[in-house]
Amino acid sequence: MSNIAQTYKRLRSSQKFQKRFGVAIRLIIAVILIAFSIFPVLWIVSASFDNSNSLATQSLIPANAGIKNYQRLFNMDPNFSFGELKYWTWLWNSIKVSGINTILGISLTTMAAYAFSRLRFKGRVEILKGILLIQVFPNLLALVATFALVSNIGNIVPALGLNTHAGLIMVYLGGSMGMNIWLVKGYMDTIPRDIDESAHVDGANDWQVFTKLILPLMRPILVTIGILSFIGTYGDFLLARVLLNESSKYTLMVGLQLFTAGQFDKKWGVFAAGALIGALPIMLLYFVLQDQIVGGLTRGAVKG
Amino acid sequence: MAIADSSDGKPVSKKFSLTDVLWKILILVFDAIGIWFIVQAISLGYVELAIIVGIIVVAFNLIFTLDKGYPFRWMALGLAFLLMFNIYPIFFTVYIGFTNYGDGHLLTKKQALAQIQKVTYLPEDAKTYSWTAYRSPEGDYALWLVDNSDGQTYLAKPGEEIIPAKPGDPGIGEADKNGIPVSLEGYTRLSTLQATSNKELPNIKFGIEGEKTVQIRTSKEAAELELRFVYDDATDTVIDQSNGDIYFNKEGTFTTKDGKTISPGFRAMVGWKNFQEVFNSPALRGPLLTMLIWNFIFPTLSVLTTFALGLAISIMYNEEGFPLKKLIRTLLLIPYTIPSVISVLIWRGMFNTEFGVINRMLMDLIGVAPRWTSEPFWARTAVIIVNLWLGFPYMMLITSGALQSIPSEIYEAAVVDGASGWQRFWKITLPLLLVSVGPLLISSYVFNFNNFNLIYLLLGGGPPIPGAATQAGYTDILISYIYNLAFAPGGRGVRYGLASAMSLMLFIIVGAITLFQYRFTNMWEEVSENV
Repeated sequence: MSNIAQTYKRLRSSQKFQKRFGVAIRLIIAVILIAFSIFPVLWIVSASFDNSNSLATQSLIPANAGIKNYQRLFNMDPNFSFGELKYWTWLWNSIKVSGINTILGISLTTMAAYAFSRLRFKGRVEILKGILLIQVFPNLLALVATFALVSNIGNIVPALGLNTHAGLIMVYLGGSMGMNIWLVKGYMDTIPRDIDESAHVDGANDWQVFTKLILPLMRPILVTIGILSFIGTYGDFLLARVLLNESSKYTLMVGLQLFTAGQFDKKWGVFAAGALIGALPIMLLYFVLQDQIVGGLTRGAVKG
Repeated sequence: MAIADSSDGKPVSKKFSLTDVLWKILILVFDAIGIWFIVQAISLGYVELAIIVGIIVVAFNLIFTLDKGYPFRWMALGLAFLLMFNIYPIFFTVYIGFTNYGDGHLLTKKQALAQIQKVTYLPEDAKTYSWTAYRSPEGDYALWLVDNSDGQTYLAKPGEEIIPAKPGDPGIGEADKNGIPVSLEGYTRLSTLQATSNKELPNIKFGIEGEKTVQIRTSKEAAELELRFVYDDATDTVIDQSNGDIYFNKEGTFTTKDGKTISPGFRAMVGWKNFQEVFNSPALRGPLLTMLIWNFIFPTLSVLTTFALGLAISIMYNEEGFPLKKLIRTLLLIPYTIPSVISVLIWRGMFNTEFGVINRMLMDLIGVAPRWTSEPFWARTAVIIVNLWLGFPYMMLITSGALQSIPSEIYEAAVVDGASGWQRFWKITLPLLLVSVGPLLISSYVFNFNNFNLIYLLLGGGPPIPGAATQAGYTDILISYIYNLAFAPGGRGVRYGLASAMSLMLFIIVGAITLFQYRFTNMWEEVSENV
C-alpha cells in the first residue's frame, strides 16, 4: 500500500517538475522572441537620441545622447539641411487625408449598408454579388489606369487631378467602398429587424430609423472600423507616391521614403526621430483598441 | 398609415414640399456640372471618361426622380465612387494594355492633332511687314507692324490677337515723323540697334498660334507664318504644306512612307503588341520568368513562416495562468502596430551591408557579413526575415482566437484513446484550425503576392538582374516591376501600355486565387441565402 503511495508521490513530483521545466523553457523562448520583436523599436529609439545622426557609429546606448535629431527634423539646426524636409506638413497632410477619407468613407458605406441590410428591392443580391466579385481585383493592381484616370480628370478639373489631396481621397474612397459596405452590412444584419419594424409601425421613416436607432446601436463598431480605416490610409504608400508629386503635398509615408534617397546612413538619426513620431500615435491606437481589433480580424480584413 | 410600408422602398408622401424643390435644384446643378464635364472630356478626346461620367449622371437622374429609385438613393454616391475609381480602372487597364500609351504617345489623338495643327512655318512667299519693337519693364515685347503691300498698321503681342491700330489710339503714343508711335502704354520703344541686336526677339511668335502669327525674319522684315500641317479627316492623313509630304497614321504616329514622323505621337491601339513583346524579347522574358517564380515563392514562404511562428506562440502561451501571459503577448504584438512603411525603412537601415547593425553584430559574433543588398540569395533571405517580423503577430492573433474555439472534449477523447501530443497537433489542432483560418491564410497569400511596400522599400527590388531590358531585380515582384515600368523607368521612358499588359497578367493570377478562396469559404452561396 505504501509502495503505491510512494510511486504516486514520485510521479506527481516529476510531473510537477516537468511542468515547471516546460514553463521555464517557454519563458526563455519568450525572451528571445520578444528581443526579436522589439529590437528594431529599441534601435530606432536609440538612434533618434544619438546626436551623431549616423548609421555607422550608432550603438544601443547612444554614446552622444541628446535631442539634436529632433531639432534637425524640424529644421532648427542650420548645420543640417536636406532639401525637401517638411515634416510637419507631411504629418498634417497624412492626418488630413486619412481623416477626411475616414469620415466620408464611413458615412457613405453606412448609408449604402443600411439599404442592403434593411430595404428589399430588385437587384439587391445581384449588386452585392457584383461588389464581392470586384473585390477579386484590388484597386492597387489597376495602378497605371488609376494614375491615367486621375491625370485625365485633372486636365478638366485641376483641383481633382494629380498632386491634389482631393484626387487621392477619391481614389481611396473608391478602393475601400466595396469591402467596407460588406463589412458594415454584416454588422448591421446582426441588429434584429424587429427593432426597426416596431419603429416603422410607430410612424418613423427610414431616415429616422437609420439616424435614431441603427447608428447609435452601431456606434462602437463604426468607431473601430473608422479607426482601422484611418490607420490603413495613414500607412498607404503606393497610391500616395504615384498620385502626389510635390514635396509640400506628400503624406508622411511618402515623405519618410525621401530619407532613403542618397546617403541614408548620414540621415539615419533624423529619420529615426521622424519614424518614431509618425509611428507612436498609431501604436497607441492599436493598444487602446487591441480587443476590438482582434475581434474584427476574425470577421475579415478592413481596408484603408 | 401610409408610412408603414415605407420599408418596401416606396416613398410615402406625394405632397409638394420644400425638400422636394431643393432636391430638384440639387439634381439640376449636378446635371449642369456633369454635362459640362462630359463636354470638356470629349473635347480632350477622353471618350471613355465621358462615357463613364455619362452613365453616372443618367443613373443619378433616374434614381433621384423615379419612385423606384428610392432604395438606390442610399447608396448612389458610394456606388458612384466604386464605379469610377474601382471598376472603371479595371476596364481601363484592359484598354491601356492594348495601346502604346507611354512616352511619345502620352496624348489622345485629339490633343496631339490640336498641337500638330498649330505648328507654323515661314513660307518663302509670305505676307511681309516692316516692324518696330517695344519692351515692357517686365521683359514682355510688342511689335508695331506696317503691312508692306497696303501700309495698314497693326499692334501685335505674343499670345494676343493681332489688332489693326493707329498712332494716338487709346494706349498708343503719338506718331513720329515716320508714322511709328513713339511709345506704347507700359512699353518703351527700342532703338533700331537695340532691336536688331536683341537675341530674344527673332524667336518670339506674335499673335495667337494657329490663327494669325507674325515672326521677325530679318532686321527690316517680319513675315506672317502659315500653318504647316493640315489634317484630312477622311483619309486620316496629315499633309505638310511646306513640301507636300503626306503623313499616314501608323499606330499613333503620323509617319511618311520614307519614315519621317511628326511629334507628338498619340495613344493608339496596337493589338497584342505589348503581350508579344513580353513573350518574344529574351531581355524581357528572362527576367520576367525569374520574377514570376520568386513572386510565387515569396508569399508561400511568407505565409508558411509567419503562420508557423504565430501558431507556435499561440500554442506555447495560450494556457490559462501562464506567467506574464498578457505582457508577453503585448510585447509580441508590437511589430503589428507600426505602419509597415516605417518598419520596412527601419529594417532597410539595419540591413545596410556596410554600416547596418545586423552585419556589425554578425561580424562580432561569427565573423561573417552577408551582402544583403547585392547577392540574390541573401537579399531574398532578408525579405523573408523582415516579412516574418512584420507578419507573425497577425498570425498569432488569428490562431489564438481560433485555438480557443476548438472544443476541449476532442482533446480529452484523444488522450483517452492514447494519442500523443504530436499526434493531437497534426490530427486535431491543425486540421480544425485550417478550416477556420484557411480563408485568412489565402488573404495573407494574396496580400504578400502584391506586397509592394516591403519589396520596394526594403531593397528597391534589387539586386538588379543583369541583362534585363527594363529595370528588374531579384527580389522584384510583378507589382513592383509594373511600378518601375510606369513610374520609375530610369531613363528608359515610361511604358504605361506594357505596364498595363503586365497588370492584366496579375489580374488573372490574383483573381483566380481569390475566386478559389470564395469557393473555399462558400461566401458566394451565403450571399444568395442571406436575404
